[in-house]
Amino acid sequence: MRKMKKKNWNLIIGCILGGSMLLLAIVGQFWTPYDPTQMNAVLKNQAPTLAHIMGTDNFGRDIFSRIMSGAWTTCFVAICTVLIGAAAGTVVGAVTGYFGGVVDHVVMRINDVLLSFPSVLLALVLVSLLGPGKNNIILALGILFIPSFARIVRSEFIRIRQMDFVWSARIMGAGSFRIMFVHILPNTLVSMLTAAAIGFNNAVLAEASMSYLGLGVQPPETSLGRMLFEAQTYLFNAPWYALFPGLTIVCIVLGFSLISEGLRAMGD
Amino acid sequence: MKYIGKRFITLIITLLCISAITFAAFSVIPGNASITKLGTDATPEQIAALEKELGLDQPVTTRYFNWLKDALRGDFGDSYQYDNTTVTSLLASRLPVTVLLAVMAFLLIILVSIPLGILSARFSGKLPDTLINVITQITMAIPPFFLGILLTYIFGLVLKWFQPGQFISPKESFWGCVRYLIFPAVAVALPKIAMVIKFLRNSVLGQMGQDYVRTAYSRGNTKSSVLYRHVLKNAFIPVITFMALIIAEILAGSIIVEQVFSVPGVGRLLITAISSRDYPVVQAIVTYVTALVVTINFLVDVLYQVIDPRIRTAG
Repeated sequence: MRKMKKKNWNLIIGCILGGSMLLLAIVGQFWTPYDPTQMNAVLKNQAPTLAHIMGTDNFGRDIFSRIMSGAWTTCFVAICTVLIGAAAGTVVGAVTGYFGGVVDHVVMRINDVLLSFPSVLLALVLVSLLGPGKNNIILALGILFIPSFARIVRSEFIRIRQMDFVWSARIMGAGSFRIMFVHILPNTLVSMLTAAAIGFNNAVLAEASMSYLGLGVQPPETSLGRMLFEAQTYLFNAPWYALFPGLTIVCIVLGFSLISEGLRAMGD
Repeated sequence: MKYIGKRFITLIITLLCISAITFAAFSVIPGNASITKLGTDATPEQIAALEKELGLDQPVTTRYFNWLKDALRGDFGDSYQYDNTTVTSLLASRLPVTVLLAVMAFLLIILVSIPLGILSARFSGKLPDTLINVITQITMAIPPFFLGILLTYIFGLVLKWFQPGQFISPKESFWGCVRYLIFPAVAVALPKIAMVIKFLRNSVLGQMGQDYVRTAYSRGNTKSSVLYRHVLKNAFIPVITFMALIIAEILAGSIIVEQVFSVPGVGRLLITAISSRDYPVVQAIVTYVTALVVTINFLVDVLYQVIDPRIRTAG
């Protein structure tokens, strides 16, 4: 293997940015500068000060504390979504990719149709069926993420199943199940991680969009999208209320898209 | 031609399947229409009477075929949330605005992303490319609605270039409407511009390593003549497929951005319909958008055949 000439800046910056945002969200579960739900009539819509570094909202709540707890909700929804999508997508992709045949053909046709739709629209339809709320968003987005994972896992399985080591495993008497999940699956790790990083981003954006439309996370719980939804009314008096949650979303998404770029460069 | 015929049949089957699935899905959800219309304290007799009136007492399959028959004639029934308003008239009043917004966004994407994509590929690894790369990375991370909020604040509230919330309908003044829609269109288009630039750049660079490029160079062509006369023709083919995806994404983006700029288009109608459980409207919009997306995919496939003879003979 050739030694890497250039440092993988995408991966480094991505990990720092994405990691610090995740850290912020996790710390927010144990400690926030103020109670994120504590209202204060005197401190309504205050511009950022040293005490409230991102200012306060229309109820006098500390925006930084709310971002910390909202970022957790957003990341939690995104992580659950990716887990559901990756788990189900792996099974579908592994079976169709390994065995091929009619089932593969039919499933992939359905997959193509689903993938040609914008995910926000499908999410809206599912949410209108299931009703708004955090758990329903996770379920709806999780289902929507199955096709993209299935496609990636399938193409990896097709590529790997004709490699020599799979043949040797078969000659040694390994069953299909063992070959699929013990021999082939570990080799799909890099592409799975890339797909997971992209999926995480799409999930963050989708959750934020749904909550922004008022159909996602419901109060008293908060998420970054929900904060933007609430902030828009006060845009003139308190622009910082919209600015900081929005920037947090940008940092999370930018971080994870750099990570996926970096991973892809590593795989090449 | 045979291929196009085959694709057309697939198109019809896909449309039928999707309409059947959406219909079935909207039939099984709890909280039915009669409660939406009459309120929760309606008597069972009232509910039964209304269900009979709306035809909800018939089996699902009968209702589906009735709905399909009406839908093909352009009749999607009555809205639940607005009294005495047909879904079709609601859609007809909102559709032009969304279409205008989508067209403006699409033009913006084409006009900005193609030159920049070529520029980025032409100078790959050099300063313009790096700069464009960094900017596209960042733009792709900005969600359209946050971009919309930023534009509203900067251009609407601080610079006062437009009045946020004061939508001008195209009937009143077409150009006034276009002017109002510029910022929503930018909000919809910007993330997609970044996507197309990146896609085009990679497509061109992928072609640059091919044998025919080396041949073209060895015949004494300069870098730009290789790029413009040989490479671009081939590099645009995958971009066209990508455009189909982009059109679908523009529609999705405008659903959200319409909300930010309070543009009375199909997206806003969809959101209010979902929150007030106005299912005929939701169903009609879903059917419309589905038909649009599937048809665009079909057209792109056909276009593909027309512009690239290699695919025509292979398929």
